[in-house]
Amino acid sequence: MPDNQNGGRHGKPETGAFFARDRAWHPPAFAPGYKTSVLRSPQKALLSLDGTISEITGPVFGHSMLGDLDNDLIHNFASPGKSAIGERIIVHGRVLDERGRPVQGVLVEFWQANAGGRYRHKKESYLAPLDPNFGGCGRTITDEEGRYWFRTVRPGAYPWPNGVNDWRPAHIHFSVFGHGFAQRLITQMYFEGDPMIWKCPIVGTIPDRRAIEQLIAALDWGNTVPMDARAYRFDIVLRGRRSTFFENRPEGN
Amino acid sequence: MVQDLSTLKETASQTAGPYVHIGLTPNFCGIGGVYEGDLGASMVNDKTLGQRITVTGRVIDGAGMPLRDALLEIWQADAAGLYNSPSELRGTADANFTGWGRSPTSDEDGVFTFETVKPGRVPFRDGRLMAPHISFWIVARGINIGLHTRMYFPDEAAANAEDPLLARIEHRHRAETLVAAGQAPNYVFDIHLQGEKETVFLDI
Ligand SMILES: [Fe+2]
Repeated sequence: MPDNQNGGRHGKPETGAFFARDRAWHPPAFAPGYKTSVLRSPQKALLSLDGTISEITGPVFGHSMLGDLDNDLIHNFASPGKSAIGERIIVHGRVLDERGRPVQGVLVEFWQANAGGRYRHKKESYLAPLDPNFGGCGRTITDEEGRYWFRTVRPGAYPWPNGVNDWRPAHIHFSVFGHGFAQRLITQMYFEGDPMIWKCPIVGTIPDRRAIEQLIAALDWGNTVPMDARAYRFDIVLRGRRSTFFENRPEGN
Repeated sequence: MVQDLSTLKETASQTAGPYVHIGLTPNFCGIGGVYEGDLGASMVNDKTLGQRITVTGRVIDGAGMPLRDALLEIWQADAAGLYNSPSELRGTADANFTGWGRSPTSDEDGVFTFETVKPGRVPFRDGRLMAPHISFWIVARGINIGLHTRMYFPDEAAANAEDPLLARIEHRHRAETLVAAGQAPNYVFDIHLQGEKETVFLDI
C-alpha cells in the first residue's frame, strides 16, 4: 500500500483538515500591476475558518474517463497522420502535498497557446496564426506515486493588453485537483532559462521570488528522448493535511 | 537549531487567465473532438435521489459588470447529506450524483448554470449540523487565486440561523451575501467581487 493521501499507511482515507494557506506566499487578490485584478479583487477580509467536511472532501475522477490522446497535445486535435507544429516537449512531474506525500489519482488539466503564441479562442486577436493541428488542451490523472506526464509543443510567448508592451513568457496553465475541495489550485508553469519570466506583470503578482522559482520547470536532460522530444520537469505541491490524532474520537470517550 | 519539519511550500497560484475555458470546458468554446463532453456539465441522471434544483447566477466585478470569462465549480453533499468522496466515512453517497459541477459563465450575459439536487445537512467540526449549502470556487482572468465561498438557501431560515459558519460573520448584513435569491426549484446566486454587496469569501 503506497503511503499517500487518499489511502494512508493504514489504507484509510485521510480526514484531517488542510494546513492553513500561506497567503503571503500566494499572489494577493489586488495586484495593480496586473490591471484586470483591480476590479476583480475582493476588498474585504476573507472569513478564515478551519476546514469542515465540505472542504476536506472532494470529487474523484476515474482513469476510465481518459481518452488515449488526452495527454498528447501534439496529436489530440490533429488530423489523422498529422501533428502540431513546434518544438516537441514532454512535461512531467509529481503532485505532492506539503508533507511531501504523493497525491495519487488526481485530475491534472493543462492548456496553452500554440508554438506561435496563439490560443484557439474566438476572443483571441493576436496576429500569429492558428495551427490547424493544435487545439491546446489536455489532461491526465496522477498514478499511485503522484506522477503525471504529457506531450506537447513548447508554447510561444505572446503580447497582451496590460501595459503598452507587455508579453507573457512561454507558459502552460495547470488546473489541479487534490483529495479535498480546499486543495483546488490553478497555476502556470514557466520554462527554465526564459528571461521574460522576470518582466511579466502576472508573474510579478507573486511577492516572493522563491515562490516564482517554484513555478519554473527544469530542463530534464536525463528524461529527454533522443531524436524526439526534450523533457521538462514540473512538480506541483498542494496543501497538506493535518493528522487526526484525537479528532476521530468525540471528547470524553 | 531544532529538528527540520521538512515541509514543502504549496505551489503559488496564478490567474486562470482569459482562456480558462480552453482548458476546462473546451467543447463550450468550440474545441470539439478532444474530449467527449465537458467535465462537470452534468451532475445528475434519471436515478438521482432528491429534489432537483437549478442554480444560476453571475459573477459581478467592481464596476457592476458580469464576468463573461469566468469559470465556477461547485461541490456539495447529496440529498441525504453525504459527499461522494473517499474521505466521506459516514456512509455511502448516492452513486447517481457526482456532487461536483463545473460551469463557464456565458459569452452573452455572464450567467452560469448548475442543474443539481438540494443538498442535505452535514455536520460542522463539532458535530452541530450546518445548514444546507453548496461550496463554490471561482476563477477567471484578473483573479489571482481561486475564490471560495458558499451558497445557502433562502427557504432554510431556521437552519441558516443556527449555521456555525454564518454565525462567524461579524457584520450580520454580510451573511445575506451567502444566501441565494429565488425559490425552489430555481435559485439565483449572484457573486459580487467588490462593493457594497461584496460576497463573503472564505479562507478555509
Ligand atoms: Fe496563457
